[in-house]
Amino acid sequence: METKAQVAAIIAELKPMPGAMLPILHAIQDAVGYVPSDIVPLIADELNLSRAEVHGVISYYHHFRQHAPGKHVVQICRAEACQARGSVALEAHAKQTLGCDYHGTTTDKQFSLEAVYCLGQCASGPNIMIGDDLYARVSNDKFNRLLQTKRGV
Amino acid sequence: MNAIPVIPTVAAVTAITIYVPRDSTAIALGANQVADAIVAEAQERGIPVKLIRNGSRGMFWLEPLVEVATAEGRIGYGPVELEDIGALFDADFLNGGAHALALGLVDQIPYLKNQERLTFARVGITDPVSLDDYLAHEGYAGLQRALSMSPEAVVQEVFDSGLRGRGGAAFPTGIKWKTVANAQAGQKYIVCNADEGDSGTFSDRMVMEDDPFVLIEGMTIAALAVGATQGYIYVRSEYPHAIVALNEAIAVANARSYLGKDICGSGKTFYLEVRKGAGAYVCGEETALLESLEGKRGMVRAKPPLPALEGLFGKPTVINNVISLASVPIILARGGAFYKNYGIGRSYGTLPMQLAGNIKFGGLVEKAFGVTLRELLFDFGGGTASGRVIRAVQVGGPLGPYLPESLFDTKIDYESFSAVGGTVGHGGIVVFDDTVDMAKQARYAMEFCVAESCGKCTPCRIGSTRGVEVIDKIVARANDGEDQPRQVTLLRDLCDTMINGSLCAMGNMTPLPVLSALNNFPEDFGIEAVQEVAEH
Repeated sequence: METKAQVAAIIAELKPMPGAMLPILHAIQDAVGYVPSDIVPLIADELNLSRAEVHGVISYYHHFRQHAPGKHVVQICRAEACQARGSVALEAHAKQTLGCDYHGTTTDKQFSLEAVYCLGQCASGPNIMIGDDLYARVSNDKFNRLLQTKRGV
Repeated sequence: MNAIPVIPTVAAVTAITIYVPRDSTAIALGANQVADAIVAEAQERGIPVKLIRNGSRGMFWLEPLVEVATAEGRIGYGPVELEDIGALFDADFLNGGAHALALGLVDQIPYLKNQERLTFARVGITDPVSLDDYLAHEGYAGLQRALSMSPEAVVQEVFDSGLRGRGGAAFPTGIKWKTVANAQAGQKYIVCNADEGDSGTFSDRMVMEDDPFVLIEGMTIAALAVGATQGYIYVRSEYPHAIVALNEAIAVANARSYLGKDICGSGKTFYLEVRKGAGAYVCGEETALLESLEGKRGMVRAKPPLPALEGLFGKPTVINNVISLASVPIILARGGAFYKNYGIGRSYGTLPMQLAGNIKFGGLVEKAFGVTLRELLFDFGGGTASGRVIRAVQVGGPLGPYLPESLFDTKIDYESFSAVGGTVGHGGIVVFDDTVDMAKQARYAMEFCVAESCGKCTPCRIGSTRGVEVIDKIVARANDGEDQPRQVTLLRDLCDTMINGSLCAMGNMTPLPVLSALNNFPEDFGIEAVQEVAEH
């Protein structure tokens, strides 16, 4: 299977790093979009760890996903500085517009919605990130426009 | 990511230099598109320009802030939107022409002029990834001096500066370094804690994106001082732009022998690597961060042993915050006494403070310790963005208490803040207007702890879940009042257990926002102030 070969190459390349687990998981998620559960035994074997230890790391960190996300991952900042600038209303708008809650994906698989706790743009909230692209001072209208643009791409 | 486009610049002797920031806030507000459009417009009009992607000055209400180099100095225009560009050219902004967005000389803007920028001296001025620009602005002067000194003397200089850790705990940096320097080991490490997860803070992010060499230089000096040869910068995954800028700068430093196996011909070795976090707030706690770097779940370790003696991979490790390490180059370049001259009491030097949330002029303000919260909120911040009154201010991140107006005259220094039950933390200041519901903020603090607790100790793991439930009960019974006093007592008991029984700051500081909301804003919980006074 294509993914398995890709993952094996990633592990072989990064394995010599001290503390290689996180760099390996990041590289897999960057390449595949998530960390498929069937590669857990492979990582465990290569790093000489138990499967439980590897699964424990993957499930501990918010960043790692165990299922394929939608085409675009939309992260909305829920932290206090954004709350003070209206993020609670934006969250409600986003959930309604996308028709899904946090950790959910739209029925057309275009967008997944995630919460994030601080993007470091705290003077210009509410802030969101779509994929790796940051957007500040996001109003409901701006949110809608951004979704349209991303849909068009 | 909103990648910084490579823009062809028209090379000519007469080219006018234009600055458009590459800071991620500027990019999030359209700086890349503005930069592209300026170059395109200039080409169309046949005007030779040189575009530099500088860092941000930290005046975010003006971003994207476009600067033009003139004979008098750098003239600013902002906030610039795409549709303004034609008019700016028509107004001859390239020669400092008058326009509605014109701000005059950027250095003279009071917000900037009234700061005391030591750590942030270059931020917004230079091209972050140009080593030559860095060298032209006092860069690596600290390292050059450190290379001429004994390691003991370098540690002493940092000790003499009075620098205390800027990440939150405020432990003297010199003492930490001395412990690692005196430890006997074949391998030592320098770890930079760049997991700035506190809401309202962005000073680490700005250093990494807007002046990464200052962090690299600070870590290199630390390595020389304690005898470490390997360093890691653990950056949170939420900061992709910082990771890019750091990697660019590290590559340049390696290529020009400011890092690597023979630093500046001294025969000293220091390798530096960026490691990406994975979205766990608790990894900002130093021992959890070390576990994460080792490839494990980022769970807190019991101390002792101290990381200074048994840190990363069990070896002696200096682990410092970004601002602590970025403050080191100027201390070495100008001497510990120079730095110590700033500040008040036992809080020496400057703190880059961040005005965030509902604030009119949000941004970065570096001042000597001793400035009051009120001065920051009004003289710099200009009050709320919404134009309403400020009701509560949270200083020091999600674990900091909510301060009411009566405490706004508190001086920002470690001792004054601690005297009123506050924390300076990372210097993040989040402003809320009078529409805020403080019971909801208290509930959120517990909810955040539920989401982010590492789970190792019971008070934090279970206490936060129970905390959410108890706050819900207090608010739900606000009107009938039957069981409410008992629930309030329970919440205070629970907070007491978390404060005294948790392993790390996550559990023992989460009660600070909760209790401060309850004590300072009881009406939001539907309880009367008298009740809590009677109980205490």
